[in-house]
Amino acid sequence: MEHRVYSLPKKRMGELFGLISSSRQLFLPMEKGGQFQFSRVDEHTDLEGVSLDRLLTAGSAKELFFPQTQQIAAFRRRGKEIELTSAETLTSAFVAFGVRACDARSLEVLDRAFLGTPRDTMYEEKRSKGTVVTLACNEPEETCFCSVFSIDAASPKGDVETWIAGDTLYWRPGSEKGAELTQELDALLDPCSEEEPEGLIQLKQQIRSIIGKLPLGRLSLEQFRPEALQELFDDPAWQKLSEPCIGCGTCTFVCPTCQCFDIRDFDTGEGVQRFRCWDSCMYSDFTTMAHGNPRTSQVERFRQRFMHKLVYYPANHDGLYSCAGCGRCVSKCPNSMNMVKVMKTLGGAQHV
Amino acid sequence: MSNCSCNSTNALVPTIGVVTDIRVDTPDVKTFRVTGVQGGLCFDYVPGQCAMLSIPGVGEAMFSITSSPTNREYMEFSIKKCGILTDWLHEIEPGQQVAIRGPYGNGFPVDTVLKGRDLLFIAGGIGLAPLRSVINYCIDNRKDYGTIDIVYGARSAEDLVHIDELKTYWNSLENVSVHLTIDNPQEGWDGHVGFVPAYVQELGFDVDRTVLVCGPPIMIKFTLASLGELGFEKSQVYTTMELKMKCGIGTCGRCNIGSKYVCKDGPVFRCDELESLPAEY
Repeated sequence: MEHRVYSLPKKRMGELFGLISSSRQLFLPMEKGGQFQFSRVDEHTDLEGVSLDRLLTAGSAKELFFPQTQQIAAFRRRGKEIELTSAETLTSAFVAFGVRACDARSLEVLDRAFLGTPRDTMYEEKRSKGTVVTLACNEPEETCFCSVFSIDAASPKGDVETWIAGDTLYWRPGSEKGAELTQELDALLDPCSEEEPEGLIQLKQQIRSIIGKLPLGRLSLEQFRPEALQELFDDPAWQKLSEPCIGCGTCTFVCPTCQCFDIRDFDTGEGVQRFRCWDSCMYSDFTTMAHGNPRTSQVERFRQRFMHKLVYYPANHDGLYSCAGCGRCVSKCPNSMNMVKVMKTLGGAQHV
Repeated sequence: MSNCSCNSTNALVPTIGVVTDIRVDTPDVKTFRVTGVQGGLCFDYVPGQCAMLSIPGVGEAMFSITSSPTNREYMEFSIKKCGILTDWLHEIEPGQQVAIRGPYGNGFPVDTVLKGRDLLFIAGGIGLAPLRSVINYCIDNRKDYGTIDIVYGARSAEDLVHIDELKTYWNSLENVSVHLTIDNPQEGWDGHVGFVPAYVQELGFDVDRTVLVCGPPIMIKFTLASLGELGFEKSQVYTTMELKMKCGIGTCGRCNIGSKYVCKDGPVFRCDELESLPAEY
């Protein structure tokens, strides 16, 4: 269903945030404690730190749906008895505003991983309660390569899609959930008379023109097909590519599609709390078992990460890549090794 | 169906079970009998599937269910003492409750491919644990399967698990033959001595059988070579894999071999399928 476009003067966005946060939790990209991240705001929050101009939060919007730690259960042990004392907590309805196109795609990637059979109910709960309001990227950066994965940062898919063009916020519902939110904001949002206002058309053109000139925009995915799995796995280039990798796991923690987790128990003295927490395939103990480890060196661990994103995941999910080209790994790796270098090397650098 | 009291739909939340009996199999293997708190099975399963057992605060790990689902009273787990959780489990006494969730994995194709077939089971050490579930399932549904041969070996006579069942029960049944071997000669052992792969070749089975193999990776590797020399195709052979697992539902990201997750797409693989995956296991 094609939804109509609404507009709001940019200076009234504070009112918009106030209205949203009166009925739901609202998360906005803001500077907090020295980090630029999605943070909860309410009527008491100083919106000073909110930035809708800066492109990417340090961590991705994934954190709102798949938090770094999440309690699974709690137990109490008394002698030989074990009591299961509580299960997961419920999430309130929330809105994530200002999600970029790459992070929005990453939720699609996580959906396929977590909402198969059996469904991951903790993720499902957050996903069903969250409304994703995307924001077009007015100024994509040099590290961006979302277009390689057919993501359009000029028209970012979400429950609601928004654009800031000059002094105007344009707002277009993209799903039933988004239409519901739009209805709640009826008092503020002004329906546009045109199907696509002139200001919006111009902005999209501008963005697409920038994207067309990005240095990483022409990376090739041609090589990364499920049929080439064994050939890519055996490629001697992994040795050289993995050499700079110190196994710090930074790339996996900033990555919007990384989904690996550990399950850990924490004894509080009063009982045991069981958590799931992010883990990283880059760590040596990730696959260590009593009888050995199938990924003995950083070469295997490094290969696993990239093979998963470019070959294994697409093989299991109709060719969808588990990378959204956000470029966080490109800017955050302490040793300048990243997805782009892997793609260039294995994909044949002649395409770049 | 679950006899446990937890109503969570979260696949990662366990239910509570109780260990009702503990049998010492070898110096480092014990078999634990587990039921729901009210008795009975904690959940239904098929032979070859696994369950996550945990002692909250100690650890959680995946174990194959060694009993057959034809047994409606309890589940059994044969567990080797080799880590934090298993060390702990080896110290418990009957009556100890455990957290349990499952079943996980695909299991052996007992109701399809294996039906009506002559079966050859080959196991090494604790590798008998998952195969024992299938063996007892076939024995309890005897008319559905052909002859059963069991080749089983361990380092020493003391390391053979389920020895009473092997010697006095399975071996006494019609059309079931048990072939035991140990790695090195020892006093009091008058059976076969030698490694499992060589023994398989020596016994020389007909190639019309379907084969189920489980044991240490090195044993599996050489057994497959022996079977190949006897003329078996890899597509006739099934094995069951073990890799580090945390979730059991294909999401935590650590048990994959290429694009397949052992916890979900396995742990049972046909050997030709396994061979088509990257050799990272």
